[in-house]
Amino acid sequence: MRKPKLVLVGNGMAGVRTLEELLKLAPDLYDIAVFGAEPHGNYNRILLSPVLAGEMKLPEIMLNDLDWYKDNDITLHAGKKVVRIDRARRKVTASDGTEESYDRLLLATGSHPFMLPVPGKDLPGVLAYRDIADTEAMIEAAANHRHAVVIGGGLLGLEAANGLKLRGMDVTVVHAVDWLMERQLDKPAADMLQASLEAKGLKFKLPKLTSELVRGESGRVCAVRFKDGEQIPADLVVMAVGIRPNTELAESAGLHCNRGIVVSDTMQTYDPRIYAVGECVAHRGIAYGLVAPLFEQGKVCANHLANFGIARYAGSTVSTKLKVTGIDVFSAGDFTGGANTEEIVLHDRSAGVYKKLVLKNEQIVGAVLYGDTVDSSWYFQLMRDGKDVAGIRDHLMFGESHLGNAGHQGQSKAAVLPDAAEVCGCNGVCKGTIVKAIKEKGLFTLEDVRKHTKASSSCGSCTGLVEQIISSTIGGAYQPQDAMKKALCGCTDYTHEEVRKTIREQKLLSIPAAMKFLEWKTPNGCATCRPALNYYLICAWPQEYEDDPQSRFINERAHANIQKDGTYSVVPRIHGGVTTPAQLKRIAEVAEKYAIASVKITGGQRIDLLGVKKEDLPKVWADLDMPSGFAYGKSIRTVKTCVGSEWCRFGVQDSTGLGIELEKALDRMWAPHKVKLAVSGCPRNCAEAGIKDVGIVGVDSGWEIYIAGNGGIKTEVAQFLVKVKTREEVLEYTGAFLQLYREEARYLDRTVHWVQRIGMDYVKQRIVTDAAGRKALLDRLLFALQGEKDPWRERVQGLRAHEFAPIRFFDKGSAGGKGNERMAESVSA
Amino acid sequence: MNGWLRVCLLEEIPPLGARVVNAGKGDIAVFRGADDEVFAVDDRCPHKGGPLSQGIVAGRRVTCPLHGMNIQLDSGEAVAPDTGCTHRYAARVDAGAVFIDLR
Ligand code: SRM
Ligand SMILES: Cc1cc2nc3c(=O)[nH]c(=O)nc-3n(C[C@H](O)[C@H](O)[C@H](O)COP(=O)(O)OP(=O)(O)OC[C@H]3O[C@@H](n4cnc5c(N)ncnc54)[C@H](O)[C@@H]3O)c2cc1C
Ligand code: SF4
Ligand code: FES
Repeated sequence: MRKPKLVLVGNGMAGVRTLEELLKLAPDLYDIAVFGAEPHGNYNRILLSPVLAGEMKLPEIMLNDLDWYKDNDITLHAGKKVVRIDRARRKVTASDGTEESYDRLLLATGSHPFMLPVPGKDLPGVLAYRDIADTEAMIEAAANHRHAVVIGGGLLGLEAANGLKLRGMDVTVVHAVDWLMERQLDKPAADMLQASLEAKGLKFKLPKLTSELVRGESGRVCAVRFKDGEQIPADLVVMAVGIRPNTELAESAGLHCNRGIVVSDTMQTYDPRIYAVGECVAHRGIAYGLVAPLFEQGKVCANHLANFGIARYAGSTVSTKLKVTGIDVFSAGDFTGGANTEEIVLHDRSAGVYKKLVLKNEQIVGAVLYGDTVDSSWYFQLMRDGKDVAGIRDHLMFGESHLGNAGHQGQSKAAVLPDAAEVCGCNGVCKGTIVKAIKEKGLFTLEDVRKHTKASSSCGSCTGLVEQIISSTIGGAYQPQDAMKKALCGCTDYTHEEVRKTIREQKLLSIPAAMKFLEWKTPNGCATCRPALNYYLICAWPQEYEDDPQSRFINERAHANIQKDGTYSVVPRIHGGVTTPAQLKRIAEVAEKYAIASVKITGGQRIDLLGVKKEDLPKVWADLDMPSGFAYGKSIRTVKTCVGSEWCRFGVQDSTGLGIELEKALDRMWAPHKVKLAVSGCPRNCAEAGIKDVGIVGVDSGWEIYIAGNGGIKTEVAQFLVKVKTREEVLEYTGAFLQLYREEARYLDRTVHWVQRIGMDYVKQRIVTDAAGRKALLDRLLFALQGEKDPWRERVQGLRAHEFAPIRFFDKGSAGGKGNERMAESVSA
Repeated sequence: MNGWLRVCLLEEIPPLGARVVNAGKGDIAVFRGADDEVFAVDDRCPHKGGPLSQGIVAGRRVTCPLHGMNIQLDSGEAVAPDTGCTHRYAARVDAGAVFIDLR
């Protein structure tokens, strides 16, 4: 059967990215042909600036070389410009007569540089800055000529000027407005930028209007004349005064255009067979000129080309960065402000730092940063997520690291970090490795960098730094992921919230049922989504859903923690950290009997037996005869306690007793992530309740409850929720809060991450204000925990014995499955 | 001549699960995929020797439990961008029993 034909016109960044996304979703759906006016494969246009600056070479910026097209069975017509679309006969024709018929057509023709309509604009030596040919012409001019004038003091103009200066030319930037990059910067930031560029040797004329480009004797341009009569020498003039969406072809085919080819939220033009993406497009009246939004468009478009039909493009918030080595500028959103906005400004002239945040209704709506852009990703994320920043306003200016981060996030400015500096402490990745991977492999997202370098893929505390490195390497092309819209994993386009809601509303009772209903893209998911789905099902259908061990991480499947050498650790439950001589004797005997390599007191007030062979686990558990401590689970871990009023001379409440009671009540509770509690008997707080998911502090008149603390990767102090009088109330509020967390947090959110997202007000409303709701939450938790059995005991009694028993080949009759005895023989094949 | 050995019954391996086989020279992980396909590889991750048998199986891949590298079960190769390879053995199901070829 003939495959439908897809033709792409425009072999640039947006079009080819769309094809890549399409090939991921539906590799064999179409017969694909591509027309590109440039005689190359697809290259990374934004890296033309480092090429001009002599920091990179052309071969290094290729994204898809000719082999890529061959390997994917794509016909490439390179160097052929399409001049006609015959929509009735569904055919396109190139200037050399080459024709292709299409079933679906994708237009990604990019944009044209705008040339000022002044006399002399067509003279030799007058260029735009758009493609490889322009860049090569500039490099050539720099080798043979002296005076360059760049018209336009925006991003592109400044990058061109910087490059030409580095190539030895005498460069003047001419700009029509009072200050540089006026569409991204306010005047103070622009003035600082101009001063640092002047220090690099660039000259500026602004505000200045160009009236004519003067022809020299050789026929080449020789000078630029201004409206005020002044004239300066110029052997090379680069115009960087703006771009216009390239809609000629579309218009000639009668497609509706209005400042771009008009497309719907599915990237469809007015002709349903024709899609369009990239700079040539006007979506909801906006034509974007940065790659990040274009890539989002490409993803949506691919989804529809693949006939999935679910993605929508809703527009993008963009940010910009200037790619001039050594200068850090960042800008996003409405940075000028206006009525109803407030500004927070920090300006340290001698340190060369300027920061302005524009707030509206306690949300960040715009930002300009100069000199110190360490926190740009953080501000941008807060802005895109529309986070309420009232609570952190005092610290906002000082950056994310000021919010109590014990990690190494804001350690230094990414741009000035030496290549050998270690960025990811977990995987030992240094800056140079990351920058190299970004450039050589053409990486754009945090996800890509994690995959290729492993940086930030473990504990994540260096994420901020990695993001800065990406954005300082590829400039505004970098867009932090929008956490609000993020799909659960690559196997689906749905978010955590959408998946949970559907599981409840459709009463989906198994992982395959959920995957089927939600049209999972992979046959049985991956190691990211299966554990999440398993948890969501456990939480939605307690007492009904049957747990799927194969969708659990090994620790939860084996009910013990895997160690680096493949052995396991065993941490029995010791409620509240209170043990007995008899228990200790038993632990000692087990440790001796099984030659346990290491016996350690954990940070959670209990004992860890390390180095147990997997096949010995059931025997160790049987001999211990203690319940599982769930030290391996996304589940209740420990309730730490202090000695409290029973012994301590300061104690005002029985913290030990309450801690034990809580740990028993919550035993075997699965959760989105691990859950740790602590109870202290007085405000001296020896149980460290201030850094726990739920921390309880005894005071003379009752108990204070704190929530959403964390003592791990990034220390977070717990926040006050409520003060209560009795132990019953502590149980009620704690249980209700944890059930809310179980029901609403995303899998792998600790309580702090979730509360930071939804806000403390919401939690207080659900747990403190709404008494009936609180009781209902508690009831749902108690129902879920009813009858949960101790997993060790069940396994001692033989449950899932195959998990622990290896099959032995040369040792008939010992442990192993029932196929064992019949197995060692060899048979003919 | 031939090295096919009978390991166990198919039903003794959970779907999307694995069993460890002590084969004298080292452990072999025998996997059962979604459509009852079986695969066998050395139970050692090419990264730092993690026991692959303990990972989560999806499609024809297993995710190593130690640091999350993905291994293609039909070739033993790490999934790009990771690199590395663990030894793979031929495996098949015959009349409800699993066989692997130790050669
Ligand atoms: C055993 C223990 C260290 C010790 O010898 O004391 C430990 C060991 C591990 N911790 Fe921990 N943590 C231990 C107490 C802590 C504490 C202190 C506490 O609980 O009071 C913290 C900080 C408190 C907190 O969680 O807020 C802690 C914060 C972490 C984190 C960071 C969590 C975070 O959200 O920031 C991780 C990583 C993770 O979970 O993703 C982690 C992960 C781990 C893992 C599971 C790493 C792994 O995946 O293999 C280690 C398992 C070792 C094992 O096989 O048992 N461990 N870990 C402690 C066991 C306590 C217990 O009795 O259950
Ligand atoms: C020097 C420079 C630096 C930049 N820096 C950044 C940056 O730091 N950050 C950022 O986000 N963005 C940056 N940009 C912008 C970014 O490169 C563009 O937004 C992006 O390339 C647009 O992608 P596109 O696919 O829409 O267009 P293009 O990449 O321009 O691709 C369009 C292609 O279509 C071809 N074409 C047009 N008409 C036809 C036809 N009729 N037939 C066949 N082929 C045709 C063109 O030749 C071109 O190759 C920069 C741009 C330049 C020039
Ligand atoms: S026990 Fe915790 S802190 Fe110690 S090495 Fe393991 S994860 Fe890191
Ligand atoms: S040992 Fe397998 S990923 Fe590290």
